[in-house]
Amino acid sequence: MHYRKFLRRLFLFLLTLPVLFFIFFPILWLFSASLSNQIELYAVPPHWIPQHPTLQNYLDIIFPNLAASSVPRTFAVSLLNSFKIASAVTLICIVIGSLAAYALVRIPFKYNHSIQVAILGTRMIPEVSLIIPLFIIASSLQLINKPIVLIISYMSFALPYAIWMMAAFFQTVPIELEEAARLDGCTRLGILLRVVMPISLPGLTSTAMFVFLVAWDEFFYALIFTSTLAAKTVPVAIAEFVGRYTVNINGMMAGGILAALPPVLLGLIFQRYIVSGMTAGAVKG
Amino acid sequence: MAGNSRSLPTPRLSLRQQDARIAWLLLVPSLVVILGVTLWPIISTFFLSFFIAPTGLNQVRTFVGLGNYLEMLQSRIFWETIGRTLYFTVVSVGLELILGLAIAQLIHSHPWGWQFLRFCLIIPWAVPTIVNGAMWRWIYSADFGALNGLLMQLGLIKHYVPWLTLPYMAMNLVILADVWHMMPFVALILQAALATLPEELDEAAAVDGANAFQRFWQIRLPLLRPAILVALIARTVDAFRVFDIVYIITSSGPANKTLTITYLTYLNSFPWGKQGTGAALSFLISIFTIIMAFTYIRFLYRPEET
Repeated sequence: MHYRKFLRRLFLFLLTLPVLFFIFFPILWLFSASLSNQIELYAVPPHWIPQHPTLQNYLDIIFPNLAASSVPRTFAVSLLNSFKIASAVTLICIVIGSLAAYALVRIPFKYNHSIQVAILGTRMIPEVSLIIPLFIIASSLQLINKPIVLIISYMSFALPYAIWMMAAFFQTVPIELEEAARLDGCTRLGILLRVVMPISLPGLTSTAMFVFLVAWDEFFYALIFTSTLAAKTVPVAIAEFVGRYTVNINGMMAGGILAALPPVLLGLIFQRYIVSGMTAGAVKG
Repeated sequence: MAGNSRSLPTPRLSLRQQDARIAWLLLVPSLVVILGVTLWPIISTFFLSFFIAPTGLNQVRTFVGLGNYLEMLQSRIFWETIGRTLYFTVVSVGLELILGLAIAQLIHSHPWGWQFLRFCLIIPWAVPTIVNGAMWRWIYSADFGALNGLLMQLGLIKHYVPWLTLPYMAMNLVILADVWHMMPFVALILQAALATLPEELDEAAAVDGANAFQRFWQIRLPLLRPAILVALIARTVDAFRVFDIVYIITSSGPANKTLTITYLTYLNSFPWGKQGTGAALSFLISIFTIIMAFTYIRFLYRPEET
């Protein structure tokens, strides 16, 4: 019996190996390529581990003034743009979204359900259906290439998502706590700020993580709404590496690693929150 | 005080009315934003879809009624693109679901190192879509790609192959990249759902003589239905409107073999300067998406089980 149990565990363990290979092979290759110089990258057969590893590709991006070509120089700007835009989107979504989510789940009035369904419905609308009017108005107001146009347009997918997720988390706050606070003379806003928000802190964290990741990831609006080097976000900058400047492939690999690092670290550190967010964000009402 | 000079006390709002007032107050900022960035644009797009509208400011628009829709519905490129997009959606979501379910079940069986596996599973999902696409594009590269290198060292190919220029490989390679990226999402949702199932059911079935296979198919799988529905809807809606990963890996080539419906809409709306056609196409995408979501709910959602 003991022996069979051991065999079973060994068999299951062996099954995890191809899965781990599938997960790690692409990302480790990207990492190794980012440490290679141009010559080694083109080696046939490939050098899986670079024989002369170099940090040059990273240094070019981190200390842009020293870089020979313009691509790594502007990449640092793109990183900063992405960071600013994703943070602003996250902040706005949490502030105004939490008010809405609280109203929807905890204040009974006539339209709770219909508004909630309408907000979920907006998730079914593809970005491509919204972009033409947004583009027309942004160009007539001369907002193309301004971060504000991306922050506003990202609201179209981030805000409904944030409201939906926070609503799911607020629903788990025991209603007795709120009633007790009300008896003590707390106003609705006071209850939200002093009772519901502190208890839902894990939920708010996972919502914030999610919104940040989605905004960091966004490509389509950024592709249409930015054209100058100073305005681009990270995904657009990486797409440019591929398109126009095929010469600097290992520079792009380093850029890719730097672009992937913040979300991957957030994902690993806050894994628990993110997985609960995946479920909450997608759950039906 | 002016208020007290009335003979009757001021009619106070009932608690219910007060509540409704506060609710609207809290909702206003979000509703204004949502109306501004989704409702207004979608209505605007709908109107635009009845016009021939060249891209650019101050261009003359010509009303063509259903012209843009008819033009698309009668064109071969549209139906081929729909077919291709459905192929992408069905194959990638199908693979993600099957692999995701298998990996969730594997983690649930707690082999050695299962915590490590679960921990790492989030990495592909967290990698930004564009980075993922760029990474796979160079893995498939004809000159120095890792795929060529790996297959060559294993002795499976004799010469480097330009994978992305092969008409019947390109879409499947895009699918592989998408599966790497999104399979963990499905696996993590299903694994979290598996972990909440009551152990007793499983144990009782085992006592009754059900083998591992039967316990999976007849006990766990039906209980997982709500979680599967959630993952399926989220993934299908996103897969059907795939754009980023195609843009970066193949840019719709070779010879339109990876042209998807959102890509066609993008081409019409911006590079080709036919915003009316783009608007009509984007409206058709919305309709397809909503039909798919409802179909799933119809088939998979049984209220009594949740």
